[in-house]
Amino acid sequence: MKILVCISHVPDTTSKINFTDGDTKFDTTGVQYVINPLDEYCLTRAMWFKEKQGASVTVVTVGEANVEPTLRKCLAIGADDAIRVNSPAYDGFYTAKQLEKVVKDGAYDLVLAGRESFDYNGQMVPGMLASFLDYNFVNACIQIDVDGNKATLAREIDGGKEILDADLPLVIGGQKGIVEEKDLRIPNMRGIMMARKKPLKVVEPIEASPATEVANFEKPAPKSVCKMIDADNVAELVELLHNEAKVI
Amino acid sequence: MSVLVFAESSEGKFKKVAFEATSYGSELAKLLDTNLVTVTFNAENPKELENFGATKIISIANDKLKNFNAKAYASVLEQIASKENANVIILDATANGAYLAPVVAGELKAGYASNTIALPSSTNPFTVKRKAFSNKAFQNTIIKTDNKVIGIAKNSFGVIENKVNATIETFEPTLTDDLFKIKTVSVEKASGKISIADAEIVVSGGRGLKGPENWGMIEELADVLGAATACSKPVADMDWRPHEEHVGQTGRQVAANLYIAIGISGAIQHLAGINASKVKVVINTDPEAPFFKAADYGIVGDAFEVVPKLVENLKKFKAQN
Ligand SMILES: Cc1cc2nc3c(=O)[nH]c(=O)nc-3n(C[C@H](O)[C@H](O)[C@H](O)COP(=O)(O)OP(=O)(O)OC[C@H]3O[C@@H](n4cnc5c(N)ncnc54)[C@H](O)[C@@H]3O)c2cc1C
Ligand SMILES: Nc1ncnc2c1ncn2[C@@H]1O[C@H](COP(=O)(O)O)[C@@H](O)[C@H]1O
Repeated sequence: MKILVCISHVPDTTSKINFTDGDTKFDTTGVQYVINPLDEYCLTRAMWFKEKQGASVTVVTVGEANVEPTLRKCLAIGADDAIRVNSPAYDGFYTAKQLEKVVKDGAYDLVLAGRESFDYNGQMVPGMLASFLDYNFVNACIQIDVDGNKATLAREIDGGKEILDADLPLVIGGQKGIVEEKDLRIPNMRGIMMARKKPLKVVEPIEASPATEVANFEKPAPKSVCKMIDADNVAELVELLHNEAKVI
Repeated sequence: MSVLVFAESSEGKFKKVAFEATSYGSELAKLLDTNLVTVTFNAENPKELENFGATKIISIANDKLKNFNAKAYASVLEQIASKENANVIILDATANGAYLAPVVAGELKAGYASNTIALPSSTNPFTVKRKAFSNKAFQNTIIKTDNKVIGIAKNSFGVIENKVNATIETFEPTLTDDLFKIKTVSVEKASGKISIADAEIVVSGGRGLKGPENWGMIEELADVLGAATACSKPVADMDWRPHEEHVGQTGRQVAANLYIAIGISGAIQHLAGINASKVKVVINTDPEAPFFKAADYGIVGDAFEVVPKLVENLKKFKAQN
């Protein structure tokens, strides 16, 4: 099994979100980047397939040179090799187009991506990619097992889960559940040393146009202060929720 | 040109998001000076959508489409879009909606704006406002392609009552076998429990509750309010509560009308998942807990004293109203 894990390089979850250039660009000053947490779950599951079922694991990012430390981290966690498509990820559509080429060139039969990336929260790359490739696609995937070319999966639905059967080739939009938090791996020294020697191939993007473009960003209006209610006067809360907030 | 809405139903009944998506579609059609086509799959009472401005309803009744199947549903929407000459497609943000939307967009080579919260601020260029950075900012996105897919963030646009008379048509989609390569083996739903995704009110507990044995009062509170129960991540990680209840950036998203957080500190990753809720109430012993900064109403106090009082007061309130 040849696995490709799509990695999105996103601001650490505690980053301050600010914009520059007339609110048209994300302000990267002082921002720490991490592997999108959902992609990290996917990578961890891929490592399991590598160790238990002899799969090969490639990671890929569409991004400029500044994303390479994130790819190196994936290699240190255990991926065999990495590919960087040398272009900004203009939008999800453009990114999916680039990834389509990578998947075809490498003939990957299992593509693991996150359900969403925590920067633009696009929720689109895996679904579009599957559609471009005409691969099977399971979104919000919380479980995946593979036997030969048959996969059994679970996806999260509102109020429960659904169990599905699908053949490879397959793309998933993964999330927590495909592995648990405790299964995540912190790269050790040996992994970091080995990662330096593993191949990180840079490929040039194909011609494609993004389907969307950012006009500008806005920050939410500052929230009004929290109304404090005395712990001995809980009735007041009920009254406020009914008459003022009108939610009960 | 027309606007197409996917009105989602579950076991034949419309979800509230179907009314929200229809409301959005109806307003958008007015804005674009075009007509609205609303599509339903195996809905018992498609006419219900008339209340929200649906002037033309295409009602599909087909056993093959009984279980949600993204590829098959996308193909049907595509067939109808082509027949009706629709180039803007509106979907919701449920598990199914968010699964379907990028597939539809991929098939139609359309730009897709998920998490959209408002009508376009401009129709040329076509610009919509959407949530990004885990609710910490908004992004005004221009969709440049002729075909456009819009995903409406739950509870963001609202349901707009607008009674019209609809024509209801049926449609026989072409359903080839290759659309059904993914097979549904089983569906497991917690019965009798309100899911976080569907709930108007969510009652959530954190590590401040000390242990799983103390969730009785949380469930009781949820019960009086007709609410779903949720929890912070450590609570699920310690197995005090089932994983489905974990909300936040890495868990479920909550866009409820009312979110009550009890013994939750309000870490940024927790807030990222619940920020989209309209009204937030916090009960916490620590007046410095960061959650108070994000909340609308707060009580500094011990949950073990405050929650039972709240339950008692709510019961009184419910008896009177
Ligand atoms: C990458 C990443 C992703 C994460 N994703 C999520 C996520 O999706 N969801 C999530 O929730 N967290 C997430 N976290 C964890 C998050 O940072 C916090 O650690 C977590 O939310 C804290 O949970 P808590 O508020 O229940 O516990 P604590 O932080 O321990 O807070 C307990 C609170 O209870 C109060 N308290 C104590 N006793 C009482 C009492 N008797 N009555 C009332 N109040 C009391 C305390 O004052 C305190 O404020 C994530 C972290 C990381 C790094
Ligand atoms: N620039 C990128 N390069 C590689 N994979 C990406 C990129 N952006 C997004 N992805 C993948 O697509 C998933 C969903 O991203 P998005 O559609 O942007 O929310 C991410 O979790 C990644 O797995």
